[in-house]
Amino acid sequence: MDIDLITNILYAMIRTGTPLLIVALGELICEKSGVLNLGQEGMMLMGAVIGFIVTLLSGSLLLGFMLAIIAGVLMSLIFGLITMELSANQVATGLALTIFGTGLSAFIGSDYVGKPIEGLDPIFISGLTDLPIIGRMLFGQDLVVYLSFILFAAAYWFVNYSRPGLVLKAVGENPHAANAIGLPVFKTRYLAIMFGGAMAGLAGGYLSLAYTPLWAENMTAGRGWIALALVVFASWKVGRVLLGAWLFGLASILHLVFQGLGFSVSPNLLAILPYLATVVVLVILSSNQARSRLVAPMSLGNPFYAKG
Amino acid sequence: MKRRQFNKLVTGLAAGVCLTALSSLSVQAAEPLKVGFVYVGPIGDHGWSYQHDQGRLSAEAVYGDKIKTTYVENVAEGADAQRVIYNLAKTGHDLIFTTSFGFMNPTLKVAKQFPKVAFEHATGYKMAKNVGTYISTTFEGRYVAGYVASQVTKSNKIGYIASFPIPEVIRDINAVQLALNKYNPDAELKVIWVNSWFDPGKEADAANAMMDQGVDVILQHTDSPAAMQAAERRGAYAVGQASDMSSFGPNAHLLSVVDEWGPHYINTIKAVMDGTWKPKANVEGMKEGAIVIPSFNESIPADVVAHAKELIAGIKDGSVYPFAGPIKNKAGELIVPEGTRLSYEDLEKMNWYVEGVQSDIPQ
Repeated sequence: MDIDLITNILYAMIRTGTPLLIVALGELICEKSGVLNLGQEGMMLMGAVIGFIVTLLSGSLLLGFMLAIIAGVLMSLIFGLITMELSANQVATGLALTIFGTGLSAFIGSDYVGKPIEGLDPIFISGLTDLPIIGRMLFGQDLVVYLSFILFAAAYWFVNYSRPGLVLKAVGENPHAANAIGLPVFKTRYLAIMFGGAMAGLAGGYLSLAYTPLWAENMTAGRGWIALALVVFASWKVGRVLLGAWLFGLASILHLVFQGLGFSVSPNLLAILPYLATVVVLVILSSNQARSRLVAPMSLGNPFYAKG
Repeated sequence: MKRRQFNKLVTGLAAGVCLTALSSLSVQAAEPLKVGFVYVGPIGDHGWSYQHDQGRLSAEAVYGDKIKTTYVENVAEGADAQRVIYNLAKTGHDLIFTTSFGFMNPTLKVAKQFPKVAFEHATGYKMAKNVGTYISTTFEGRYVAGYVASQVTKSNKIGYIASFPIPEVIRDINAVQLALNKYNPDAELKVIWVNSWFDPGKEADAANAMMDQGVDVILQHTDSPAAMQAAERRGAYAVGQASDMSSFGPNAHLLSVVDEWGPHYINTIKAVMDGTWKPKANVEGMKEGAIVIPSFNESIPADVVAHAKELIAGIKDGSVYPFAGPIKNKAGELIVPEGTRLSYEDLEKMNWYVEGVQSDIPQ
């Protein structure tokens, strides 16, 4: 393996991990508030299709990304209304949201299949981007990748060091206690759900506007589900989400690179690595009751009844 | 509205529908031929199902109001397919096309119940009294693409994004390798399996991984135009699959190997209208207009385009056949002796690489 190849692998690792990182950050914040939203895939697809159509019609990538985020938020609000106001089962509602988003995005986007747009290009800083090994990885990405770094830092600070982050965790651990001391359970959960939707919309937009600038039905191809697995893999720790997303990115890139180099590693084996890693982490987490209680938010998946 | 009233209304409506249906039966001669299509994917995939739907539309364009077409997209292979096909047959469709391998048994089961309806199943191998099959020989187009790739590559590294190791895909990889063996034995074919028919992100990643390793021409047996876009961004060449992908890479697009189902649908519909339709195993390629290469990139040298067109003409008149002997397998054993040809039945079961392919077939 030469230096160029390593440079390119590291570059692709970050790029591939970015949509996963963005969705997983959103889902992590959402789950921290005690809400399990399995609708990532549906929200991502809506973000992808809306972002693509807006950019195609307006020519503005910025507008495309903004409306992709708004589409994600609106989708998450559907989930929010059903699970919060009607106290519906979160798992069923989330699955329904994915099915709904998949169908609706296909319906909206049917006239836009096969139309190309100018996607978001990576930036190039002379001097820095040329650096061997880390040059392209750190200084040759597109703007959304840098935004994901900022989002990560912000989420890390928010969850671990801020007071609203403490409120979020309190609501997720024990909403009744939080309610009793006057914390706004509903408001916190709504905001967390909306943040999850915004991140899914952004990641969807990233896929259709930067990663592969095109729209095709079901183009997320399961990335929303990988992000859900990532949150578990990270055992609900923000720092580990970053690590996990990039590791997943690396695994999926290596699986392709090795084949090109002619290594006789089964591509099937390499393809299941991310899922295998998640299962292993789940096994480790659940091997010990006390440990598993420590990591997942206690009220995850349970609806909250204000009067109950 | 009370429940009883509601029931009455429904019954009334149903009776009305029945009456309309009866009255339409009496004037059946003037009725259009009803043709049903069952697709495995969304018509928005810009690939397999999209091309079948384009075929349906071109048949509509030819016959106008003499036919009435119905399509059902996103039909899962298995029990669901049987229900969809049954419904089409039940609602008076005279001819039904089922367009995915996994619809084979459901089609046969429904066909037994509707002996007067004509069925045609794409890519399958089982037939019945009223079930024919049709398939197109994509390897002809891939052979031509392999030739063009062998001439335009500067790095002598050609990439192939493959979906699943099934005979159809292995056969087409072999067709490309045979073209390389013949026209540029120094060129190396790198195959990357992505284990998916459709995952734009992964296809783009595979294309990028190949270009990182010096590949400058990319072929694919997956359905999204993502690899074409990736090649366009980095100044490489790519070959489009199933549909014309030139709009995704005006500079990168060497050519597309396009499935044209229109001619088959038009001919079959005519045969059913005339009452001459009989179930057949239709294998159609460039000769029948089922495999088309609509355009060549202007940057391809004129003599290469000219020879590619000669190849196409040769394939059409039968003088060129990609799988004509001598063909050796990867280990160097002579499998197809000089003077013989692999038959279509052999190609349908192909599970070995020809000499020259670098990697192994994933197990």
